[in-house]
Amino acid sequence: MAESAIEITDLRKSFDDGKTFVLKGVDLTIPKGKLTVIIGYSGTGKSVLLKHILGLLHPTSGSLKVLGKELWDMKESELMEMRKRLGVLFQYAALFDDMTALENVCFPLREHRRQWDPDKIIDVATKKLESSGLGSEHFHKLPSELSGGMRKRVGLARALALDPEIILYDEPTTGLDPVLTEMVDDLIQSTHKRIPGSTSIIVTHDLFAAFRIGEHMVMLDKGKVLLSGTPEDFRNSDLELVQKFIAKGFKKE
Amino acid sequence: MISYWKNHRERIGQSIDDFFASLGKMTVEFFEEFGQSVLFFVESAKLIFAKPYRIDEIIRHIEFIGNKSILIILLTGLFTGLALSFQIYLGFQLVNATNLVGPTVGLGITRELGPVLTGLIVAARAGGAMAARLGTMRVSEQIDAIQVMGINPKQYLVAPRIVAALVAMPLLCAVFDFIAMMGAKFICIDFLDLDQAIFWDKIQLWLDPGDINQGLIKAAVFGMAFTAICTNKGYNASGGAKGVGEATNRGVVNSMVMIIVLNFFLTNIIRFFYSVMGWS
Repeated sequence: MAESAIEITDLRKSFDDGKTFVLKGVDLTIPKGKLTVIIGYSGTGKSVLLKHILGLLHPTSGSLKVLGKELWDMKESELMEMRKRLGVLFQYAALFDDMTALENVCFPLREHRRQWDPDKIIDVATKKLESSGLGSEHFHKLPSELSGGMRKRVGLARALALDPEIILYDEPTTGLDPVLTEMVDDLIQSTHKRIPGSTSIIVTHDLFAAFRIGEHMVMLDKGKVLLSGTPEDFRNSDLELVQKFIAKGFKKE
Repeated sequence: MISYWKNHRERIGQSIDDFFASLGKMTVEFFEEFGQSVLFFVESAKLIFAKPYRIDEIIRHIEFIGNKSILIILLTGLFTGLALSFQIYLGFQLVNATNLVGPTVGLGITRELGPVLTGLIVAARAGGAMAARLGTMRVSEQIDAIQVMGINPKQYLVAPRIVAALVAMPLLCAVFDFIAMMGAKFICIDFLDLDQAIFWDKIQLWLDPGDINQGLIKAAVFGMAFTAICTNKGYNASGGAKGVGEATNRGVVNSMVMIIVLNFFLTNIIRFFYSVMGWS
């Protein structure tokens, strides 16, 4: 059995003191070194699950181990250290709007590589931006001056700045046109291949991308894991909901 | 007729019930928000002493709260001094006590109007901007982004603002005091032809450094109060642009009310402290 990056056991989350649950006992193992895609209809708890993995939400009950460590047994300082091993590309990139593209990528380096001299920080940030495919003529532009695709590239470069072991993508292609969607998917795939041993987790609605780049897939439904396996397992699944989701997803594509 | 009066009485009863219910709700909400702001302040203030020290951020925020507020402070201070001294002159003229216009204006400005008006103006300008900025960062996931980078967002975003307000507010209050007194001097000496020597002499006689310090202490406390309230509102904003607007509005309004309420208590606490220390 492959080593796991994230192990989730019976994870439950309620926002209203137990009256209703968004996550109703998620059991999931995300393999290390693979590109895992989490899919599901809207409101099935995908983003809530992602926020739990990032330690932004506290579960009502259950266990969540990231890189072998129970996330909610950690002290705040340990949680901070753990987060440095994760990189996140947010849905709308979440770039700091008062910083240029380059400054955005320099930010985590300035915070966590304090022993580095400023030239080295700029050098590393420049390389990260270049490998994300952003032209150097855009390095000194503010996020408001960049297109959606460029912002995603800067967001990805920032997420990769600290060389994380796990990279999470929250709905990376939402709101983008088909050309940009394909570009972002390719970028995610090439980034995953470029960093050996890295684990990538994508939360998306985009079924086409899920089958194209996903090595491992998870489908959530009503706060639980409906199916977890390879894209082939999904294609061959007898589960009605999975087949319906696939059929509708591809029809839309 | 009887049923009309019965219904009418019931309606009045219902209105009174509604009034007390909403009053109760407002009171509970006020104390809830107040408690939340105090907890938020304590949590963030503790992080001032946590490494890494954010000197650059503190200086940036001092520049924002302090330097960028100077013009509006100069303007309001000047006109407050002009209007207040003229009104006091008109009143004191009736009892032939125009010699005391200078110290009366001086005491009013340094102890009360200086810190309170500085607090209100800066709360509206810088406090509103803080709530809007943090609110926007919250709804656009920028605060989440800071957190998942392994950085404490309160230590990065809130703690430097508290220190900056603590430093900038007494300085702004001093500027307000000075320019308001210049306005008073212009009205009393240049416009109303009061005796210049008597004007300054009486101010020196009645105005202690303790009066000025009292105002500066108040300004520092007001600065921390509006920073805590506005950053708390922005930091916990939700619901997109509407949520940011509400957070900004409530942050500024709550700050202004808090400054007025705090002023009364601070006046008494400082007077008590001065009398215990034998300074008054």
